[in-house]
Amino acid sequence: MNAPMNPRKLRITTTSLSGCFGCHMSFLDIDERLLELAALVEFDRSPITDIKHCSQHCDLALVEGGVCNAENVHVLRELRANAKILVAFGACAVNGGLPAQRNHLDVGQCLSQVYRTPDGSATAIPDDPELPLLLDKVYPVNEVVRVDYFLPGCPPSADTIWKFLTDLLTGRTPRIEHPLLKFD
Amino acid sequence: MSQLETAAHPETLRRVAIDPVTRVEGHGKVTLLLDQDNKIHQVRLHIVEFRGFEVFIEGRPYWEVPVTVQRLCGICPVSHQLAAVKAMDQIAGYGPLTPTAEKLRRLMHYGQMVQSHAVHFYHLASPDLLLGFDSDFTRRNIVGVALDFPEIAKQGVLLRKYGQEVIRHVAGKRVHGTGAIPGGVNKALTVVERDEMARDIEQMIGWTQGAIDMVRRLHETNPGFYNVFGESAGNMMGLMRPDGALDFYHGALRAVDPLGQTIFDQVDYADYQQVLQEEIKPWSYMKFPHIKSLGADKGWYKVGPLARVQAATYLATPLAEIERQKMMALGNGKPVHGTLFYHWARLVEILHAAEMIRDLLNDPDILGTDLMADRGERRYEAVGVIEAPRGTLFHHYRVNEDDQVTYCNLIVSTTNNNQAMNEAIRTVARQYLDGREVTEGLLNHIECAIRAYDPCLSCATHALGKMPLTVEVVDADGQLASSLSKA
Ligand code: SF4
Repeated sequence: MNAPMNPRKLRITTTSLSGCFGCHMSFLDIDERLLELAALVEFDRSPITDIKHCSQHCDLALVEGGVCNAENVHVLRELRANAKILVAFGACAVNGGLPAQRNHLDVGQCLSQVYRTPDGSATAIPDDPELPLLLDKVYPVNEVVRVDYFLPGCPPSADTIWKFLTDLLTGRTPRIEHPLLKFD
Repeated sequence: MSQLETAAHPETLRRVAIDPVTRVEGHGKVTLLLDQDNKIHQVRLHIVEFRGFEVFIEGRPYWEVPVTVQRLCGICPVSHQLAAVKAMDQIAGYGPLTPTAEKLRRLMHYGQMVQSHAVHFYHLASPDLLLGFDSDFTRRNIVGVALDFPEIAKQGVLLRKYGQEVIRHVAGKRVHGTGAIPGGVNKALTVVERDEMARDIEQMIGWTQGAIDMVRRLHETNPGFYNVFGESAGNMMGLMRPDGALDFYHGALRAVDPLGQTIFDQVDYADYQQVLQEEIKPWSYMKFPHIKSLGADKGWYKVGPLARVQAATYLATPLAEIERQKMMALGNGKPVHGTLFYHWARLVEILHAAEMIRDLLNDPDILGTDLMADRGERRYEAVGVIEAPRGTLFHHYRVNEDDQVTYCNLIVSTTNNNQAMNEAIRTVARQYLDGREVTEGLLNHIECAIRAYDPCLSCATHALGKMPLTVEVVDADGQLASSLSKA
């Protein structure tokens, strides 16, 4: 065993709450560096693996998307409990993003508008117990759990993500400076 | 109603959930209800999120819509941008696009076909195909593929990168760029950009042909399995040119039945409401559309690669057309309906898109600088439709005198495939799980069927469809509770 010679692989978990997956796509936009990264990290629960629940002792959790339903809260708390570092990954996680535009509307009315006739004669809002309860608003991640780092951008660029990860992997405090710090 | 959709006595049964479904985009879960003998009584794919995009878009100015709606989906943002902008071209009163503008939009769209299909095939689905459906689940991912098949993983990563770079050159950014604006596009292509794309295109075509060969060889190892896995014969729909060639960017609607016979053809997509209708079921936020004339039971249909390459008369590029015919030859004159053929068809489509990219890069118009159409009279309602990577995508808007959106209806590709995916997983449940001890590997068979459709549950949860059509409400026993007509 040459384990002590090799530094332990960083264990990363990623999730998308109420996001569009664009932040995950931007992560894949590190292109060939993904194969390099695979040698240094291990993926835990993530949409790209088949691990359904995050295991204990993850080093890093990347959370895309705001919090829009009870299940999102549950998943987010599980990640927070198991990851040393939790990152609000992208605009939606940082401040709710575009889905938070529903926040000035009443969620009940939104539902009945989508699942009802214009004359208001009837509704058929899906209500099966398998469907998680919607929250009144879409919340940024830091209103539900403590967040260690915020990576803004819709999505953060691949280079921004790479800089962040390589800083962490080499033991530096991640620092995203001007040219990589974008909000669009 | 579909068999296995609703159990007669759910309270007596054991529930098994696949939650979340992984290696798909977005959130979904599957629930199974079984009795003590592991006989399966109910199988459902649930879409568990609600985002209500169509509601909050109301009141926003129309020119903002193409860039906001693309935030429905980070995997196919270009599709949403283009479907919206095709509607807004009309709303803003623009006449036909300039040749350069249309070609740049097409270029970006084909770039997205390449990247989205590549991410699906290599990053999400290939672990099942290459490592095995019931291989060790901790390794069943792209990293596992990279360890065992480094060359394939690398090609997948670079093919996706190529598609993303095409998008970036046209739209300025890989994910959520701008590019298309009502009336045209906002940036011309430079010679340097064109040459950079042209340099690698032959390589991309070569790799895609290699991938198609790989899938063909896989199929040869076990045709009995691949032909029938999750087989569900449904109707098929897509956008076609008048001569019947598949067109990802613009065309009219064609639907064919499971045997390939025409149901309707060359229907102007602005009239989609005359041919399609949808249903709400209490256990999913995603609605269930079907072909109106056939009713809910028989009228469900599939969209996306396997549906549209088979509904088409031909593909308008030579290499892809040869591959399409080779695939379809396996059906002995009839369309193939094995769910895993979706992967094969998806690769044929990458090839088609790559050939289209090559042709566009060789076209002098692509470097033109006449980017905006002439403007005529404003309109107040329009429909924009394209073939997104996952299938036909409908955007329908009304806009008032003050340029505010007053109505928005989106039917995303994955919604079109809702019933088809439910049918496919019920078939798999019957084929592989019924009466057996449920294991992780068997459950992954169900996910494999869902994955083959490359569902974008992200799109599906943002956009729930607010179809101004007849909505049929089905109660828990599958009886029609009421039927409502919208304006
Ligand atoms: S921040 Fe942007 S790219 Fe990321 S999930 Fe939200 S909308 Fe998508």
